[in-house]
Amino acid sequence: MNAPTEPTFTLERQREVVAALRNLLPADCILFNEEDTRPYECDGLAAYRRLPMVVVLPQNEAQVVAIVQTCRALAVPIVPRGAGTGLSGGAMPIADGVVLSLVKLNRIVALDPVARTAIVQPGVRNLAISDAAAKHGLYYAPDPSSQIACTIGGNVAENSGGVHCLKYGLTVHNVLRVRAVTIDGDIIELGNGALDASGLDLLAVFIGSEGMLGIVTEVTVKLIPKPHTARVIMASFDDVVRCGDAVANVIAAGVIPAGLEMMDKTSTRMVEPFVKAGYDIDAAAILLCESDGTREEVEEDIARMSAVLTACGATAITVSQNEEERMKFWSGRKNAFPAAGRISPDYYCMDGTIPRKNLAQVLLGIAQMEIKYGLRCANVFHAGDGNLHPLILFDANQADEFHRAELFGEEILALCVEVGGTITGEHGVGIEKIGSMCVQFSALEIAAFIAVKRAFDPAFLLNPDKAIPTLQRCAEYGKMRVSGGQMKFADLPRF
Amino acid sequence: MMEQVLQHFKQQVHSAAAGKTALRIHGGGTKDWYGQALAGVPLDTRAYSGIIAYDPTELVITARCGTPLAEIEAVLAAQNQMLAFEPPYFGAGATIGGVFASGLSGPRRATAGAVRDFALGAVLLDGRGEVLRFGGQVMKNVAGYDVSRLLAGSMGTLGLILQVSLKVLPKAFAETTLRFALDQAQAIAQLNSWAGQPLPISASAWHDGTLILRLSGAQAAVSAAQIKLGGEQVPDQDGGRFWTALREHGDAFFDDTDSEQSALWRLSVPSVTAPLLDDYAQLIEWGGAQRWLKTDSSANTVATVRAIAAKAGGHATLFRGGDKAAGVFQPLAPAIDRIHRNLKNTFDPDAIFNPGRMFGHL
Repeated sequence: MNAPTEPTFTLERQREVVAALRNLLPADCILFNEEDTRPYECDGLAAYRRLPMVVVLPQNEAQVVAIVQTCRALAVPIVPRGAGTGLSGGAMPIADGVVLSLVKLNRIVALDPVARTAIVQPGVRNLAISDAAAKHGLYYAPDPSSQIACTIGGNVAENSGGVHCLKYGLTVHNVLRVRAVTIDGDIIELGNGALDASGLDLLAVFIGSEGMLGIVTEVTVKLIPKPHTARVIMASFDDVVRCGDAVANVIAAGVIPAGLEMMDKTSTRMVEPFVKAGYDIDAAAILLCESDGTREEVEEDIARMSAVLTACGATAITVSQNEEERMKFWSGRKNAFPAAGRISPDYYCMDGTIPRKNLAQVLLGIAQMEIKYGLRCANVFHAGDGNLHPLILFDANQADEFHRAELFGEEILALCVEVGGTITGEHGVGIEKIGSMCVQFSALEIAAFIAVKRAFDPAFLLNPDKAIPTLQRCAEYGKMRVSGGQMKFADLPRF
Repeated sequence: MMEQVLQHFKQQVHSAAAGKTALRIHGGGTKDWYGQALAGVPLDTRAYSGIIAYDPTELVITARCGTPLAEIEAVLAAQNQMLAFEPPYFGAGATIGGVFASGLSGPRRATAGAVRDFALGAVLLDGRGEVLRFGGQVMKNVAGYDVSRLLAGSMGTLGLILQVSLKVLPKAFAETTLRFALDQAQAIAQLNSWAGQPLPISASAWHDGTLILRLSGAQAAVSAAQIKLGGEQVPDQDGGRFWTALREHGDAFFDDTDSEQSALWRLSVPSVTAPLLDDYAQLIEWGGAQRWLKTDSSANTVATVRAIAAKAGGHATLFRGGDKAAGVFQPLAPAIDRIHRNLKNTFDPDAIFNPGRMFGHL
């Protein structure tokens, strides 16, 4: 799996494209030698990689326009890329394509503390926005776990969330305006400085479109006041189902926690030796339940939530007494992925979302799949919004283990869809889950998505092989995966 | 029963497509006055009614388009929950389909979000008579493009929205209304200053020297904010009545706005925008981001209002009254307009759904 990939383009085509790009960009903004392009062969999902033909790093919007126009004229597909932290292979290069990195567009253009907005270029890091806003008592709410590295352009592409999105929303709820370059080289403004815009809500459909509708060149984000204080409850349960029920009861009590995260025993035992967060490793599951706001508000919420958790059979409850302790409680959750990397040579992170009431059924299903595929799985769960991250542990150097991990993952996603959920809550479809799209959507719905793409990108050159499968691909996938004796695309011609 | 209604809808769509005739989608008809002129054979959604799923602990409600808004709000209220975008009814017969298609949100919008922010999924009957499902019933979902949010506020121009799933929220434990005497510029400055602090403000309305503010949240938070902000407390009952009347445009400010001679404009602008067009009577909501203006209906005024809204970084809608020939919605930039046409052609290739309701050519 980790062997270097071979070039999948011809040198003649590479020479042609590089020659055209040299008219537009300084030489150091065009990479095509293998040692320079190798770092761009994958994003955060390293299992899927391809050597790019050319990588371009424009310094401004005018260069982006020129690159797009040239690529369109030469029919070269473009893969936009931010920091490359994505977990679904959305930035994996395309054979014969150009990778367009936006990291040099990294300026905070304006920050208005009174209007509580920041205008930023796409290569600005998520956390850099909050850092810049901090002196005004403001911050940018979505906090994906990669926030130290990931860029706002990538967040727009993926509609990124984080551990606080039950209360504060996703990228789509926190972005007011996107400026983008279309495949025709037009500059479009979706949204504006106000709360809505004239016409159809194109901003909503653009956010989360995985770089397939346009190249982002500027984003206006909302900044919100930093809460005065925050405290987190850590509660232990001797039964996973009881823990799930406790989550439902907290919500039923009328509280929207700022964060509500669940970890199963495999996860707590995985992270505790690594971060020493003080987790109860004998509990079947633990719940982290946070309140933020004014001091008075937080006291009221914590008391209410503690009462609910106790009534639901929590075997132990600890409330953070200071900021240091709060960060300690969170450190285990936030380090779950690296911890998986410590106890297992490789891991594969899934991202399904389910109606919370079906949690027990899904966890039971995953436990059975562990036996079926002979692989372990640790479950961390954004319990407030039903977003489950099973971490499938495997060793790529063992024959067949990656293949089994992939099948395991696909089966988890199929189960998520079966119980009324979705194949991806926040990581995106990318290249990784493109087959699973055929499980979730009908041929007509996929055709509609393709048409939406064509409405923005008639040339079909912007990240064209990601997120939305071709109907042919679904037909091929259908051959392998038969659900309940029914082939999902039975009426499609086979190729 | 519902299957029969759906079959009937499909027949209507097929025959409209075959004959290239228009369909005018309506529920209770409470927002018929909104948007450009109505055209086409009526398609009544009200027979397609009923809440399909609601589990308060999932914070999601799924209902068919013809379900009365009043029924949905009553069912939510029984569980102490609400549609947080506080949708206006504009008439007793309002349906959830109309709420979703019109995309209108009430006083809580600035702090809670709009219809589109709570849209989790939608089922669409497109111009070919096909049923398409987008999004779902879960809070986080990035599989496929977010077409359900695109449909929110689409004025029925992309198809018949058959069913919607919306995120709901618990009602606040406490709520109170405060009154302040401030001129327009002071009110705008004050609202923006407050919005930069962690305060439980859930609505605001300024008109004619008076700013009314609503606080909602945990009891302790509301009490603490009240002490911090000062102002004069409005009795709960009067406060409740005020916000409902504001949402429904029952406030006296909105009288006499439904004629061809006078026009009610909705300006959506950055909240910090300095007082504008202050020759005209104004009511300001959403912390400064939504400004209602009463004007005459001359062509000159239309051009001025639009230009000033655009210059401020927003847009203007001819909400009620006036001369709709001037265009209800702010015209689109050419590249954006092209995408609109492409999307219309994708979902409604024969242009049968609410033609011209949003823009003449869509």
